[in-house]
Amino acid sequence: MAGVQNISRRDFLKHTGATGALVLGAHVVPGSMIAAVQAQAQATGQSVQPNLFVAISDDGAVTITCSRSEMGQGVRTGIPMILADEMEADWHRVAIWQAPGDETKYDPAGKDGQNTDGSRSTRHHLDVMRELGAAGRYVLEQAAAKKWGVDAGEVYAKHHRLYHTATGRSFDFGEVVDAAADVKVPDGDGAPKLKDPSQWKYIGRDMPVVDNYDMSTGGANFGADATIPGMKIAVVARSPVYRGKVKSFDATEALEVQGVEQVVEIPALPDDAPAEFHALGGVAVVGTNTWSVLEGRKKLRIEWDDGPNTAHDSGTYDDRLRAAARAGGHVIRDRGNVDEAFTAADEVLEAEYFVPYFIHTPMEPPAALVDANVRPVRIITSTQSPNETRQYVAKALGIEKTDVECQVTLLGGGFGRKSKPDFACEAAILSKMVGAPVRVQWTREDEIRNGYYHAASAHGLKAGLDASGKVTAWHHTGAWPSLIALWAPAAKTGHAIEYGLGLIDTPYNEVPNLRIENGEADAMIRVGWYRSVNNIQHAFAMNCFANELAAAAGRDPVEFLLELIGDAEVMDLTEDGVLEHWNYGDPVEDWPIMPKRLSNVLRTVAAKSGYGKTLPRGHGLGLAVHRSFHSYVATAVHVVVHDDGTFRIPQVDTAIDCGRYVNPEGVRKQIEGAAIYGNSVAQFGKITTSKGAVVQSNFHDYPITRMNNAPLDVRVHIVEDFVHLRPCGVGEPGVPPYAPALVNAIHDATGKRIRTLPIGDQLKSA
Amino acid sequence: MIAMKINGISRQFHGDPNMPLLWYVRDELGLTGSKFGCGMALCGACTMHVGGDAVRSCVTPVSVADGKEVTTIEGLDPNGNHPVQRAWRAHNVPQCGYCQSGQIMSAAALLDRNPDPSDDEIVSGMAGNICRCGTYQRIFAAVRTAAQEA
Repeated sequence: MAGVQNISRRDFLKHTGATGALVLGAHVVPGSMIAAVQAQAQATGQSVQPNLFVAISDDGAVTITCSRSEMGQGVRTGIPMILADEMEADWHRVAIWQAPGDETKYDPAGKDGQNTDGSRSTRHHLDVMRELGAAGRYVLEQAAAKKWGVDAGEVYAKHHRLYHTATGRSFDFGEVVDAAADVKVPDGDGAPKLKDPSQWKYIGRDMPVVDNYDMSTGGANFGADATIPGMKIAVVARSPVYRGKVKSFDATEALEVQGVEQVVEIPALPDDAPAEFHALGGVAVVGTNTWSVLEGRKKLRIEWDDGPNTAHDSGTYDDRLRAAARAGGHVIRDRGNVDEAFTAADEVLEAEYFVPYFIHTPMEPPAALVDANVRPVRIITSTQSPNETRQYVAKALGIEKTDVECQVTLLGGGFGRKSKPDFACEAAILSKMVGAPVRVQWTREDEIRNGYYHAASAHGLKAGLDASGKVTAWHHTGAWPSLIALWAPAAKTGHAIEYGLGLIDTPYNEVPNLRIENGEADAMIRVGWYRSVNNIQHAFAMNCFANELAAAAGRDPVEFLLELIGDAEVMDLTEDGVLEHWNYGDPVEDWPIMPKRLSNVLRTVAAKSGYGKTLPRGHGLGLAVHRSFHSYVATAVHVVVHDDGTFRIPQVDTAIDCGRYVNPEGVRKQIEGAAIYGNSVAQFGKITTSKGAVVQSNFHDYPITRMNNAPLDVRVHIVEDFVHLRPCGVGEPGVPPYAPALVNAIHDATGKRIRTLPIGDQLKSA
Repeated sequence: MIAMKINGISRQFHGDPNMPLLWYVRDELGLTGSKFGCGMALCGACTMHVGGDAVRSCVTPVSVADGKEVTTIEGLDPNGNHPVQRAWRAHNVPQCGYCQSGQIMSAAALLDRNPDPSDDEIVSGMAGNICRCGTYQRIFAAVRTAAQEA
C-alpha cells in the first residue's frame, strides 16, 4: 500500500524548473494508513521522505519519475504510462525524469530497492503506479472543485482537463495547480478510486518508446558518454585469471605515451574476501583521452601471480561438470519413487546435455564516471542497480552509502552485467587516487575476459516409459558453478534462486515419479546472472529430452509435451517435498505455477506456426515451452538446413502469456529480441577457459547473431489472459525456449540431435 | 596537422595522426552519438561517413579523414529527420539505443549507394552492425521503408 502525500514546492521543483508546481509523493508503509504517515510527518517535520513520483507545473507539463533503469526493455515508457493513464494525463504533455539511486525516495513499490533485474518492474509497479496516478487525478479534481466552489463529486478529469459536469466548465491541469497544493490525499475507504480497466486509454495499448528521437539522432546519453569538467579517462589491465594478482609492473613505456598521465595499481582483494561486486584489482592507466590510455595499457609490462584458479580449463572442467551431473547428490524435489518406476518401466532412456559459459556483451561495455573527491561522492553510470552501486562504492572508499550519489544514465544493454557495479568501484578508487573525476572505460576484451559468466552446466536426464509410451518417471540432475560463490566462494551446490530458475519447478506435472538433483561444482570464475539465467540450460535440457522421448516412443512431440504438462490449474511443489521455492521472490499464492497456462501457450504456438503440416525436405519445425519469471512462453522455430550443414530460420512464432501487460508493442519487441538473444545462445555462445584464462576476446571469436544469421520474421502472439491478470515478466522469459525449439527443429529437419550448445559447426561435420 | 570538415565545420587536429577518428570525435569534440563497441571494426557502433563512405571510426585513423568531409550521426540531418531516421522511429526500432547511431549511419550509406536495395542487399549491407537487443527485424523493415520514401 502506498500512502500518497502532496509535497508541493519541495525538492522536485529544482528538477522541473517550473515556477509553481504540484508535486505528489508516496511513502510506502506496508499495510499502513495514510493518516499515520501524515501524523508522523507533522510530528517530525520532514523526516518522512516520500517518494517523488509526479509533478505538474502551472503550464500543465507533467513530469513522471522513472525509478527503474532503461536498458532497452522500455521501462521509461511502460511504467510512466500506467501513472499517466490513471491520472488522465495527455501522454504528449508528459516528460520522464530519471531518478537517481535512493531507495528511501524512489522505490514506490518498496520491493526491489530500484534494482532493475529479474523482469519484475511491471509486476511490482503496476498496482502502485495506478494508485499514484489515481491520487494525482484526485488532487486535481479536488483543486478544480475548490476553484469553482462546487462539490468534488461533480468534477472529473479527462485527458489533461478537469470538467464540471453540471456547467461544462473546464480547466487545464496547469490551471488548478495553485489550488492543489494543500489538498490531502485520503487513505482507506476514502482513497482515490482506481479507473475501471475498461476506461484505460494507454495501459494495454501500443506506445512508442519515449527515447526514440534521442536514440535515432545520437542524443541518447549512456554511461560511456558522461563527463564532469576536469575528468580523466582510465582503462585497467586486470589479471587474465580470476583472483590473480599483480606481482610487479613496469609503466615506463606506458607513461611515455602522449596523453597518459599516471599509472596506478588498484589493489586486489584479500585472498579470503568474496568477490561480490568489488573491483578486481589491476593496473590502471589514467590520462586525458581514451586512445592514449588504451595505447598506454598496451605498453604496460605486468608480471601476474595467476592465483588459485589456473586449473580452470574447459577441457577438464566440463568433464567434471558432466561427471557431477551423472553423480547427482542433493535431491531438491522428489515425487513418488523414481527408482521403482525405472525398474518397472518398459523402456528407460538417458541423455546428457551441456550448455557452456556465456558472457553478456551489452553493446555498451561497462563504463562509470566517479568523482570521489566531493561529498556526496558523485557517480554517473549505466547501472541496473544504483543503490548497490552506492553501497559498493562506499565500501571501496571507506565511507557511508549516504555520502554517495548515483545518477543513472541510459544503459547500452544490461542483461544482468550492469547490476554488478565492480566497474564503478574501479572508477571510485582511481578518482580518489588521482584526485580528479575518473571515467573507467572497459573495452570489449575486458568485458569478455573479466566478466561475470553465465554458469556452464551439465545435465543428466533419465526417463522411464511404459508400454504405451507414457512417461512414468523423470529424473534430472544438473550441475553448475553457483553464482552464490560470489558471496560464499566455497559453495559447491546451487542456491534456491538457481533451483527456482526453471529446475525445481520442472512443469511436467503429470509425471507420477519425478526427482530433481543438484550435483556439486567449484566456482573458478565469477559466475553471475545473465538474461533469464539458469532457465536457459534447464529449459534446453528438458525440452530437448522430452522431444527425444517422444521420438523414441513414436509419439507426436507436441501431444507428448502436453501430456507431460497437463492442464492442472496449479502445480503445488510442497506436495513434492519442496520446502523452499523461491518463485522469483514473489508469493506463490499470487503467482502460482499453472500447468494449464503452459499448455495453452504451447497449443497456441502449435496452431499459429502451422505445426503438423508436411514440410519440404530439409525443413523442420521444433517447439519448446517454458515458464519463467511467472510468464508462460512457447516458441516454434522453423529451420531450413542445407546440404552443407548451414541453415536459415525463415520464421519463428512465440506465444506469451504474461498476464496483464502495459505496452503490447514493448512485449513484442522484447520477444523479438529474445529470439535473437536465444539465437546467439543456440548458435554461437561459448566462453572457454585455458589455464584459468578466458580464451575469447571480441566478436570475432565470441560471435553474436547478426542480421545475416538472424530470424527476421519473429511473430509474437500475446495470449490474452482475462482470468489471470496479474502481470508477469517479459524481458527475460522469451529467451529460454528458443534454443531447444531450434535444436528440436534441426532434429525434425535432419534427424540429428544436438545435445551440447552451441550448435556451432556440429551440423557441418555430420 | 590534419584538416577536415566534421558535420560541416572545419576542424584542425594536431595530435597523434593514428588516433582513431572515433576517439577524436568523442573525447575531443564531445560528439558522443558515435559509440564504442568493439574497437576492431566488428560491431559497427562507431560508424560514420568519411567522404560519403561508411567507415568504422574505431579503426580509422584521423589521418584518413585529412581533407575530407566527415559526417557523424549528429550531422546526418539538421533536424534528425533523414528518411532513415524517420523510418527508424516509424518502426519503433530502438531498444537500448546504443548501436542505433551506427545502424542508422550504415543504412544511410547503403541507401545512398543503392537507393533500391533487394532484401539480400539490405541483409548483407547491414550485417556488419551488431544489435545485442536483437532489433534486426525492425531494422530490416525500416531500411525498406526508408528506401521507398527517400
